[in-house]
Amino acid sequence: MAEAVMDKKVPKARRSKVATALRELKKAPLTAWFGMIVLAIYVLFAVFAPLIAPFKEAEVMGDAFMPWEAPYYLGTDQLGRDMLTRMIFAARNSMGIAFAATALAFVSGGLLGVLCALLKGWFDQIVSRLVDAIMAIPSLIFALMVLSIFKQPTATNIILVIGIVDATRVFRLTRAVAMNVVALDFVEAAKLRGEKIGWVVFREIVPNIMPPLVTEFGLRYCFVFLTISALSFLGLGLQPPTADWGLMVRENSTLITYGDITPLLPAGAIALLTVAINFIVDWFLNKTSGLRDGQ
Amino acid sequence: MGNDNLKRTARAKGEILLEMRGVMIEGESDDVWHQIVKGIDLTLRRGEVLGLIGESGAGKSTLGVAAMGFARPGCRFNGGTVTFDGIDLLKASDEERRKLRGSRISYVAQSAAAAFNPAHRLIDQTVETETQHGVRSMAESIADAQDLYGRLRLPNPTTIGMRYPHQVSGGQLQRVMTAMAMTCRPDLIIFDEPTTALDVTTQVEVLASIRSIVEEFNTAAIYITHDLAVVAQMAHRIMVLRHGKLVEEALTRDMLAEPKEVYTKSLWAVRKLAKQESTTDDLILQVDHVDAAYGNAVKILDDVSVTVPRGRTVAVVGESGSGKSTLARVVTGLLPPSKGSVKFNGSPLPPALPQRDKESLRRIQMIYQSADTALNPRHRVYDIIGRPLTFYHGLRGKQLDLRISELLKMIELDDSYMDRLPGEISGGQKQRVCIARALAAKPDLIICDEVTSALDQIVQEEILKLLLRLQVEFGISYLFITHDIATVRAIADEIVVMNQGKVVQQGQKTKVLSPPYPAYTELLLSSVPEMDPDWLTNLLQKRQAKAK
Repeated sequence: MAEAVMDKKVPKARRSKVATALRELKKAPLTAWFGMIVLAIYVLFAVFAPLIAPFKEAEVMGDAFMPWEAPYYLGTDQLGRDMLTRMIFAARNSMGIAFAATALAFVSGGLLGVLCALLKGWFDQIVSRLVDAIMAIPSLIFALMVLSIFKQPTATNIILVIGIVDATRVFRLTRAVAMNVVALDFVEAAKLRGEKIGWVVFREIVPNIMPPLVTEFGLRYCFVFLTISALSFLGLGLQPPTADWGLMVRENSTLITYGDITPLLPAGAIALLTVAINFIVDWFLNKTSGLRDGQ
Repeated sequence: MGNDNLKRTARAKGEILLEMRGVMIEGESDDVWHQIVKGIDLTLRRGEVLGLIGESGAGKSTLGVAAMGFARPGCRFNGGTVTFDGIDLLKASDEERRKLRGSRISYVAQSAAAAFNPAHRLIDQTVETETQHGVRSMAESIADAQDLYGRLRLPNPTTIGMRYPHQVSGGQLQRVMTAMAMTCRPDLIIFDEPTTALDVTTQVEVLASIRSIVEEFNTAAIYITHDLAVVAQMAHRIMVLRHGKLVEEALTRDMLAEPKEVYTKSLWAVRKLAKQESTTDDLILQVDHVDAAYGNAVKILDDVSVTVPRGRTVAVVGESGSGKSTLARVVTGLLPPSKGSVKFNGSPLPPALPQRDKESLRRIQMIYQSADTALNPRHRVYDIIGRPLTFYHGLRGKQLDLRISELLKMIELDDSYMDRLPGEISGGQKQRVCIARALAAKPDLIICDEVTSALDQIVQEEILKLLLRLQVEFGISYLFITHDIATVRAIADEIVVMNQGKVVQQGQKTKVLSPPYPAYTELLLSSVPEMDPDWLTNLLQKRQAKAK
């Protein structure tokens, strides 16, 4: 018997997640590849902005509204700052804030959603009604209202406000999908075993609701991004001299009247990012929802 | 009886209606095509009922729909011919096939609840095919449908059609679906496990009405099931399938009398497992005059008292809605009783789950009916079995690995399964993993809620044998909830019969299973199909005589 125990190999031959991911990537459609490449370039710009950009973020280089000529390849803005530099830095600011806000929305909304589905009763009632109340106010107006209360809308404030507004949508989705999982026997089995709530939420429920949440994360990120740009455009988002695409559209909007397309560049950057993320999300949705099999 | 026999032989001599030659069907999974049906010949004459039986994955349903010239999504024909009344279905155009379906060939699915559109009245759905095919006017169709409802012995045949699917019972819905299949008086009906989802008492009624209506209109039928006793009542001829191949084919009586192939014999032997009952006064669980209800609604359990002796099996039987599963929820603490108490090992258990300590939770484990939903699809077998070991016994690292490996051996699986996800193992193996998870806690009592009813018979027998062996080895007591009397015979020492939230009877197995019975026990026992082709006929005659 002892020998048998000694002989026993400890079996651990888990298939590597990397291999599975690579196999899936090979099957990805062109649109998804397009999305991933575009997103990768954006992320590169955002991370290495100071290294890539030719000048400093808020440095006045020349006259206002200079044409597209070297060394200002995309001209200068209304204060004479280099457009190209500001475009690159804006990637970092806008994308970073949008990511933080979305992440906040998912952590808070998602957690509350799962808890409501799991605990039901008065906890669910209170949280759900609160969320209903916030959802009753149009989100942009809500954000504008809250932001105008603060004298100087800082990045933290913007992240908090947008994070909370979007958390309500995430909450609704998470609660709905978690409801279906909570009803399954393995959750009951975990409760019968005496598991703490943390285990039930993070080990039993969350892994099973990840696909719709990841998809929603992609879409939600786009919406958050657009909201931030809209806020900036309205003047309640990031404050100058920080570079932001929404803000840049506003600052340079007079150029449109003269037939110059420069203000459309930041707008185009937003549009391209949105399209790229949607392509990726589409692919992911197709893969995980099993729509492909016609079932 | 002789007369009945004669009628059957006469019917089996009609002209050939359906002929399938060397049918091959393959299915796709993970981008690989693999053969599901591997070349089967099938001949069906007018008015004949052919039974297709086999374990799950034998390809019987795939073959059933193939008789309509149809391959399920993800499947395709890759050989053979299907000829229906002279028409080559595989070569026919979609339009031609569409004309046949519903009017000359129809299909009755297993789950009537899923097959009906909940937003339309039954009558509209019943006559839909007929009006689509333009056979008759709406008024005529409705009159005919009501006539069919009557023949299928549905209550209030003229008005029941005005109801919506959720307003009738499962058994009634299954009969409405049969009526729907009958409206165009098809030449062939395919029944795919039409009674599997029903209680035994309801099943009898549905079987009787299907049989009489098929006989009345001289319809040919293919009857797919995994229940031998059922097929014995319905079919003139039986084909046994396994792994997409034909194992044996014979007339029902011949096959029941002397099956030729080893596999067929093993199918027949399954229902003969029987445990020698034994008893003891040492009680592990005492449920004492318990009432329970959900919210403030009607009582689901009404003054229920049940005892489980140590190291023995108590089977709780009853139809759905009798409160069997609620009893399990009370014992586990998921539903605190409104009256009465539960004693475990002589001392009272706290009524609600959160009040119970880890030790008493460990001692009572549960195994569920559907292993699919009882295992977290994102956890590997290693984690599923390992968790209770870590949680209750604090095992980690190498010790944990060894213990998991031991448990896998106990449930007759090897170490290679550790790495699998539940989606990658079969139904029977999943149920074994559930058993291992319960065993890992080293419990005194395991509650088994219909643990074998989702499995086919050979797998059922294996699971029951495993449970019996584990009981002998570890002295575990079982509270075994089931509606299947064959399972009860196989595993129980004592039986509790429940009906409408009350205990009708508790006692030794042999006592409960022999007369004199309380009325409900008799109804339940007599409704269990037997492996005798005349069982249904005899039962109906007996019940009729009694009614008079």
